[in-house]
Amino acid sequence: MQKSIQKYFVLFALPGLLCFAIAFLVPMVMGVVLSFFKFSTVTDGTFIGLENYRRIFINDDFTSALWFTVQFTIVSVITINMGAFFLSLLLTREVKGTNLFRTIFFMPNLIGGIVLGWIWQVIINGVLLKSGVTIVSDPKYGFWGLIVLMNWQNIGYMMVIYIAGIQNIPHDLIEAAQIDGAGKLTMLKSVILPSIMPAITICSFLTLTNGFKLFDQNLALTAGDPGKQTEMLALNIFNTFYGRSGFEGVGQAKAVLFTILVAIIALTQLRLTRSKEVEA
Amino acid sequence: MSIRSENKRTNTLLVIFLSALAILFLSPILVVLVNSFKSKLFISSQPFSFPNPDTFAGGENYVIGSQKIKFFNAFGYSLFITVFAVIGISLVTSMLAWYLTRVKTKFTSFAYYLLVFSMIVPFQMVMFTMSKTANMLRLDNPIGIIVLYIGFGAGLGTFMFCGFIKSIPISLEEAAMIDGAGPVKTFFLIVYPMLKSTAITVAILNTMWVWNDYLLPYLTIGTEYKTIPVAIQYLRGGYGAVDMGAMMAMLVLAMIPIILFYLFAQKYIIRGVVAGAVKG
Repeated sequence: MQKSIQKYFVLFALPGLLCFAIAFLVPMVMGVVLSFFKFSTVTDGTFIGLENYRRIFINDDFTSALWFTVQFTIVSVITINMGAFFLSLLLTREVKGTNLFRTIFFMPNLIGGIVLGWIWQVIINGVLLKSGVTIVSDPKYGFWGLIVLMNWQNIGYMMVIYIAGIQNIPHDLIEAAQIDGAGKLTMLKSVILPSIMPAITICSFLTLTNGFKLFDQNLALTAGDPGKQTEMLALNIFNTFYGRSGFEGVGQAKAVLFTILVAIIALTQLRLTRSKEVEA
Repeated sequence: MSIRSENKRTNTLLVIFLSALAILFLSPILVVLVNSFKSKLFISSQPFSFPNPDTFAGGENYVIGSQKIKFFNAFGYSLFITVFAVIGISLVTSMLAWYLTRVKTKFTSFAYYLLVFSMIVPFQMVMFTMSKTANMLRLDNPIGIIVLYIGFGAGLGTFMFCGFIKSIPISLEEAAMIDGAGPVKTFFLIVYPMLKSTAITVAILNTMWVWNDYLLPYLTIGTEYKTIPVAIQYLRGGYGAVDMGAMMAMLVLAMIPIILFYLFAQKYIIRGVVAGAVKG
């Protein structure tokens, strides 16, 4: 059977692989190679070794974007997951209107990052109006603004995954724990949390990588203002590429570092939480 | 009896709490909606009040906004690109996944790992080289961009279809082939119908991504063909104040289709998210 399917490579595999090569593979390889070149279009490069990588650190905008991104990601991963888990506990208690609440809490997730950014810009500026400042007066407003925005967008999504996790816990496990006299806290710590480790793995993975790669929301909410103080990594790389000419190589080198960083974080996180998953 | 009434009371409190939270969740959308009917001068000065005879602007913001960014063209481009990209991704990646699962060679497993790897690579890594490649290959139009979306969506789509195809018994396909059906017939008559639920999941996740995507259309077709997110961000213009009235109106128009889609396909969307998370 393998042989006869193989004859149809052109029909089954080629279209997908070709699109993949055009959109991802070739640009990826070109990107890695070009990070060692000075260029302004993809065909006019001169080899300069690690010079682009050195120039990343001439000023501190990349490291400060990295620091802002790290802080943002840590806070948002914790708040989103705690909020989502808390809501999922409430919504699995068979109260009236559970479905309606789920629908409402999930809805912001469908709205795109650019639209979300503008919605929250208006609201945060409105709240700050009394103090006579705007969201770009101080980087801390931009930071917490982004946190609120991401919570609003992502809590519902993660909640849905946690709810599925909780509903999959076998009933006899819960009953057995109740018969053994487990209190609410013990139940949470020894029964619910260990059983939903797969959901925790995937939710922390999604929030972590979403946080690290965040772009649209950052662009629409503050665009990095004031100065570059609320600029996250993805936006910093974008601005390096397209902000002024002559820095394309530096932008590409930053992008390579960014990719390595995201890959390391994603793989470490998966390994860490997967090891805590129990066999059902 | 006392436990029961206590339960009833906590449930009532819970419903009240959840209702308050639901209103809080919906309020950002309502603020935008209300402001879209106010004259632009009053949006930043009185963002949380209802329009009164002085501030009411009728449908003016909608008219000005949709002329400024050609909203209905943008809607057309977004709809066209999303529909065909999603159909393309579902079809192409299901075929690719079947090939990669049923043909076991070094090449297919290498291709599979590359596709999975592409899922964690941030877009900034390839954005510059990809947009230049797209430009050279004349893919910088609403039809060409579909090739790019299939390429970027190939990772997730193939991964999810492979996960499902591995779980279906090969004997069915073997039987069909022994009866004289070629690979094309076997795939479309035997395999494809079984992939329906995975196809819905893949379609839902990709619809949410493509419809809201900003950077890819901005970089490749943004000057000539603006999709909704690109058009919205375009309202920001270069320098000077943003017309917040037009912005509010356009945010409302941008949200209407996605909310309608959500209300109709809610069941599939939430199921798709859960299925996507479990497999991811």
